[in-house]
Amino acid sequence: MSELLAPTPTGGPDFVQLLTPEGQRVEHPEYSFDVGEADEAEVVRGFYRDMVLTRRIDTESTALQRHGELGIWAQLLGQEAAQIGSGRALRPQDYVFPTYREHGVAYCRGVDPLRLLGLFRGVDQGSWDPRQNNFANYTIVIGAQTLHATGYAMGVQRDGAIGTGDPERDTAVIAYFGDGASSQGDVNESFVFAASYNAPVVFFCQNNQWAISEPIERQSRIPLYQRAHGFGFPGVRVDGNDVLATYAVTQAALQRAREGNGPTMVEAYTYRMGAHTTTDDPTRYRMSEELEKWKLKDPIARVKVYLTRNALADQDFFDEVETEAEQLGARLRDGCKALPDPSPLSIFDQVYVEQTDELAEQRDGYAAYLETFEGAH
Amino acid sequence: MSEYKLPDVGEGLTEAEIVTWKVKVGDEIKINDVVVEIETAKSLVELPSPYAGVVTALLVPEGETVPVGTPIIRIEDGVAAPAPELDLSNPAATGGGEGESLVGRNKAERGPVRRARRRTIPEAAGEHAAKADVQDVFNAGAPQQHDQVMHLVEAVTSDIPEEAEQLPSAPVVGTVETRALAKPPVRKLAKDLGVDLGSVTPSGPEGTITRADVEGAVGMPAQYAGNPRDVAAPAEPGRLEEWREPIKGVRKMMGQAMVQSAFTAPHVTEWITVDVTRTTEFVERVRTRREFADVKVTPLLVLARACLLAIRRTPVINSRWDEDNQEIVFKRSVNLGIAAATPRGLVVPNIKSADSLSLLELAGALGDLTAVAREGRTQPAEMSGGTFTITNVGVFGVDAGTPIINTGESAILAFGATTRRPWVVRDRAGNESLEIRDVCTLALSFDHRHVDGESGSRFLADVAALMADPATALLF
Repeated sequence: MSELLAPTPTGGPDFVQLLTPEGQRVEHPEYSFDVGEADEAEVVRGFYRDMVLTRRIDTESTALQRHGELGIWAQLLGQEAAQIGSGRALRPQDYVFPTYREHGVAYCRGVDPLRLLGLFRGVDQGSWDPRQNNFANYTIVIGAQTLHATGYAMGVQRDGAIGTGDPERDTAVIAYFGDGASSQGDVNESFVFAASYNAPVVFFCQNNQWAISEPIERQSRIPLYQRAHGFGFPGVRVDGNDVLATYAVTQAALQRAREGNGPTMVEAYTYRMGAHTTTDDPTRYRMSEELEKWKLKDPIARVKVYLTRNALADQDFFDEVETEAEQLGARLRDGCKALPDPSPLSIFDQVYVEQTDELAEQRDGYAAYLETFEGAH
Repeated sequence: MSEYKLPDVGEGLTEAEIVTWKVKVGDEIKINDVVVEIETAKSLVELPSPYAGVVTALLVPEGETVPVGTPIIRIEDGVAAPAPELDLSNPAATGGGEGESLVGRNKAERGPVRRARRRTIPEAAGEHAAKADVQDVFNAGAPQQHDQVMHLVEAVTSDIPEEAEQLPSAPVVGTVETRALAKPPVRKLAKDLGVDLGSVTPSGPEGTITRADVEGAVGMPAQYAGNPRDVAAPAEPGRLEEWREPIKGVRKMMGQAMVQSAFTAPHVTEWITVDVTRTTEFVERVRTRREFADVKVTPLLVLARACLLAIRRTPVINSRWDEDNQEIVFKRSVNLGIAAATPRGLVVPNIKSADSLSLLELAGALGDLTAVAREGRTQPAEMSGGTFTITNVGVFGVDAGTPIINTGESAILAFGATTRRPWVVRDRAGNESLEIRDVCTLALSFDHRHVDGESGSRFLADVAALMADPATALLF
C-alpha cells in the first residue's frame, strides 16, 4: 500500500541533475553549471550560505508562529535549492511573481525577511515595494500570479526589452507556482497566452509532491513538465534539491526568454519536508517513511558534502555561516515582536493613488473620533 | 520568570489539549527547544519554547484541554514580571502633579483603545492579588520608582509557584518524576493491555509492579478510559461504593454503534474450533523470507488473507442490507476492518481494497494500521467504509465470543486465543492418534436478514480450512 503512495524514486529519464544527493558532481549533455568569470567555489559557498540562511528564516518563522507571534506561516523546508538556484539565476532587471512560499527567492531579491513577517503577523498586507526589488507581492490566490507574470512579460515584449543583445536591458519574467496550481485554470490560461504571444516568461513549478493533502499522483497522469509540450513550448524537469542544476536550468530558460525565444516551463522536482502551513498536520495524510526517504536527498547536506570532500570550504566557513544564521534568527525574533501595529488611519492612505476629497474628509472624521479615547497618544 | 501562553497554532482555534510534556521541572532549555506536544481540532503540534532558562512549573496537566492564552509553562529566564502589565507611561503616573492619581494602571483596564488582537486570558488568582497589591502601594502615595515596582512584582510572583503547586499540575509533575518500577515483560504486558503503569498499585518487592498487578488493573475504569486526567486524580475506586464517568468521545460512539447494530440486524453466531498448527508453521516459514523482514508476520495476517479468499466464494459476507431501498448492496472490493483497543477506546480502522493486496502488502498495511491506531492517530476516513471486520480477542487470552457486527456490514469474525491442546490427528493411512497441537476457536456473527445459515457456515468452514492448511489457498 505504501509503495503506491511513494514518489517516483528518481525524476525519470529526463531529470537534470548536476550534483547527486551524495555530493558528487555529474555531467549532463545539455546543461552545465557555468558561472562565467566568477570563482566557481565562491559561488557554491554563496549558495550554501543562502540556503542555510533561508532555512533559518523558515524555521525561525515557524517557531514564531508557535510562540503566538505570527498568525500563520507557509514553510519551505526542503525547497531551499529550488528557490536559491532559480533566484540566483535572475538579473536585476528580471521580474518575479511569487506565491506565498517564495521566502528564499525574496531573500535573493533583497527583500528583508522581516517584511515577510509583517504579512504573516497580519500587521500589513505586504509592505515591500515590488518595483524596488522587482519582486511582486505574495499572491495567496493559487495560480493567479502566472497570469500577472504573463501579462507583465507581454508588456516587456511591447517595451522592446527583449532580444536587443544588451545584457542589462533584456528582461525575463519568472512565475512561481506549485504542483497543485498546475491544475488551476489560471495557470493553463497563462500557458496559452504565453505560448501564443511568445512572451518572455519562465514558468517555474516547484513540484513538492503535495498540494496540501493531495498527492501529485492525483494531479497529473504524466510528469508535469511534459504538459508544456502540449501548449507549444519546451518543458524541463530538474532535480529541485540540486542547487547547481536548478541554477543552470533556470539560467538557460531565462536567457531563452531574454533573447526573445519565448516561454519555458521548469519543473523543479522537490519535496515539502514540512507542513503545507503551520495550520496543517501532514502526518494525517502521508507516511513518515516518505519523508525519511527525502531527507536523504536534502538540498543543503549535499552541498556541504561536496564542499567538504573537495576542500572548497573549511570548518571556519561553516561555523561562520552558522553564527550568521543564529544572528539572523535572533534578529527575526526580536524584530517580529517589535513590528508596529498598523495605524487605523493607514487604511485611508492606501486606497487611491491620489486622495479624494471625500475620503480625506472621512479620514479626518475618523481621526477626530480616535482622539476622544483616553491615552490615544 | 516568563510564562508561555498557549498560542493559536491554527487559524482561529480557541483551545487545545496538552498531550505530552517533553520537559520536566528543573530542565534547562534553550529558545525553540520543544517543550510540549498539543492537539488541536486540526492537528498534533509540537511547541518550541520562546524562552531560554530553567523550567520551574508545568501549569497544565497532560490530558487537559485549555483555552488559547492560558499560561502552560513557567520558565526562569532571569526576566522579571510575568504578571501585571504596568503602564507607567500614563501622564497621571509619571507627570506627578499634586493631587493626581498615582495609580499605575493595568493596560487591560484602558478600555477601547486596546486592540483585541490577543485573546483575554483568565487571570490566575495570584495575578489578581498582585494587581491589588501594586495598586495599594501606589494609592498609599509610595514613590513610584521603576525598580521598586519591579521588586514588588518579583515578590508577588515568587509567591505564585507555591500556589501553583497545589493546582492541577501537581499530580502530573509527580508522574513525570517517579517512573513506575516494573520488569520489561510486565511493561510490555501493560502496554499490550493498555494499562498505565503509573496508576497501578504495586504489590511486588520494593514497590515493583507485578504481572498480577497489571492483570488486576485491566478493566478498572480509569485505565479503560485511558484518560490521563483520571490517572492524575485517582478516584480511588477501591474505597468508593460507586463512581461515575462521563460517556463521551470514542466510548460514546462505540455505545451508539453497538446498540444500533445489535437491535437492527438479527445476529447469528457460529463457531468452529480448528487445529492451526500448520498456520503457525507457515508463519514461521514466511518470517524467514527476506522480503518479509521489515513487516510483522502473524497468524492474524494469515487469517485476514483467509477471510479475503473465502469472501470470493461467499460474496454475501461482503455485502450490506439497505433497508431504505430494500436492496442488498454487494461490494466488489473488501475494506477489511480490524478492531483495535487503543488508549482512546475501541476503534475499527479498515484497510481499503484489502483483497487487491499481496500478502506482503497486506502485512505492511496491517502494521501501519495498528501502529497508527495505537498512537491514537486514526483518522475518521480510515474508519469509514468498512465492509467486513476481524476482531482479535485472542490477544486478551479468551477462546472466542459473540461479536457484534460493525454497523453497515454483514459479518464479523472473532479470532480466539491459540492454545496448546490435545487433538485427535489422523494420518494418511487413517490411523488416529492424540497429539498436542495449536488450536483456536473462530466465531462468526452475521446478519441473518440476508446471510443465511448455509452461506455463513460455508464461509466459516472455508476460513477454518485455510487456517488448518494454508496450502488450501491454491484451491481458491
